[in-house]
Amino acid sequence: MCRCCYPPSCPTSMAGAGGGGNDVQWCFSQVKGAIDDDVAEADIISTVEFNHSGELLATGDKGGRVVIFQQETENKSQPQCRSEYNVYSTFQSHEPEFDYLKSLEIEEKINKIRWLPQKNAAQFLLSTNDKTIKLWKISERDKRPEGYNLKEEDGRYRDAATITTLRVPVFRPMDLMVEASPRRVFVNGHTYHINSISVNSDNETYLSADDLRINLWHLEITDRSFNVVDIKPANMEELTEVITATEFHPHQCNTFVYSSSKGTIRLCDMRASALCDKHSKLFEEPEDPSNRSFFSEIISSISDVKFSHNGRYMMTRDYLSVKIWDLNMENRPVETYQVHEYLRSKLCSLYENDCIFDKFECCWNGNDSVVMTGSYNNFFRMLDRSQRRDVTLEASRESCKPRQVLKPRRVCAGGKRKKDEISVDSLDFNKKILHTAWHPQENIIAVATTNNLYIFQEKMN
Amino acid sequence: MEDIKPEETKVEEQKDEENKVCPEKLEEAKLKAKYPLLGNKPGGSDLLRKRLQKGPKYFDSGDYNMAKAKIKNKQLPAAQTEKTEITGDHIPTPQDLPQRKPSLVASKLAG
Repeated sequence: MCRCCYPPSCPTSMAGAGGGGNDVQWCFSQVKGAIDDDVAEADIISTVEFNHSGELLATGDKGGRVVIFQQETENKSQPQCRSEYNVYSTFQSHEPEFDYLKSLEIEEKINKIRWLPQKNAAQFLLSTNDKTIKLWKISERDKRPEGYNLKEEDGRYRDAATITTLRVPVFRPMDLMVEASPRRVFVNGHTYHINSISVNSDNETYLSADDLRINLWHLEITDRSFNVVDIKPANMEELTEVITATEFHPHQCNTFVYSSSKGTIRLCDMRASALCDKHSKLFEEPEDPSNRSFFSEIISSISDVKFSHNGRYMMTRDYLSVKIWDLNMENRPVETYQVHEYLRSKLCSLYENDCIFDKFECCWNGNDSVVMTGSYNNFFRMLDRSQRRDVTLEASRESCKPRQVLKPRRVCAGGKRKKDEISVDSLDFNKKILHTAWHPQENIIAVATTNNLYIFQEKMN
Repeated sequence: MEDIKPEETKVEEQKDEENKVCPEKLEEAKLKAKYPLLGNKPGGSDLLRKRLQKGPKYFDSGDYNMAKAKIKNKQLPAAQTEKTEITGDHIPTPQDLPQRKPSLVASKLAG
């Protein structure tokens, strides 16, 4: 069976799922970021992540900054108005550094942000660039002590001779201040570039993966980390694949997976051995050798792997498709969805302009029934597993009226272009949606274009 | 002549079908036509090693800092005039010097 025609009835122009029945209709809610077309490199969004309750939404950018948005508490008098996300905190997480040994710059770009489950009043997140992972504490301060005996209100010390009475300092309310402070800095764990981090369900440890190694850290310990996977060959000339992503299982604290540039996923069990070089399961779809081309391996490289919330499935994203795997079946995925199959006949130019190496992420909705991933031309795809339907939507400034319903978009691969369709050659390959996130419980999605963050919500009746 | 023609068209048809069925191979042919020296193994160690080392290599930290300064100056011409006012006139004190990172601008997402 030819790989490019699976499933056999896959259309080259995307069918819209429109409205009706149980289909969700998506509406514009908010857009964050500058409108101008002149994008400074530092403003390029590099990661988007909701926290475990969905109340907070964090973004990281190429300039090493983190911006956290908070969902406003719902306005009971206006139930149609879904709560909005407003800026809660922003801070500089990482700064550029120079690696003196290798004479290379260490970019401050935030590669990934992962939230810790909330344990107390403060919020914690891990943010990482290529080399260093930091644990940030975000806490609120809404009162301050006043009435010290030895200090003035501005901090200057009072002359002891002028003090004639004593008073008891009291806490007085103040304007809410949100402070972010780095609590742990995990350095020198990685020779190569960190591509992912994943917090364990035990809420004590986390994984960090670079191109060739995966380390296990304890959140409290910064001067040591344990190497659990090492695929570096003794002779670098023999290098055939690199690690592209890793994730802990959502419930089993001993299980994690990592994906490779060759399209395989390995599941490892830390109970089996301390060093997980030998996998417990290897997920790989057999390939028809007669269909192999120069591009086969490149487009099979997995750019993202995500467990389903229920922990029974995992989803992988390669250049042209999204695959759902049952953890109990290693020899092939249970579902395959084409994201933008019309690009298969453009691989030559996509290789020349390096777009073929773009790393798209993917995400699940709260009940694992729909998955989402980005594409080019600021399109993103919603793939409904339960209804076997898919729709292509666009994040565009032209659909920014409040609660405006997004219209399905269609791409014409060839032949006569129908009205409302866009031809493949008109797609803007500089407008890529690499990062998307789905609220853990509600139908609220965050979609990052190059430098803008769009928030879409389900249409409320 | 009549006998040869049908065979030729048959081969052409087969090729067309193959190309229709496998656009990937068609694209590969395009690429090889443009870059005849391209090796057969794209996922090989060369590509991966290039991936492992991303970013330009600098001669040393001085080279790096000079390059960074050039970029900063391009982005903020206002800050540059500040600097020229200070030097040459008097020995600067720490208060006079511009902050080490004047370009630390808040994210536009927070605007």
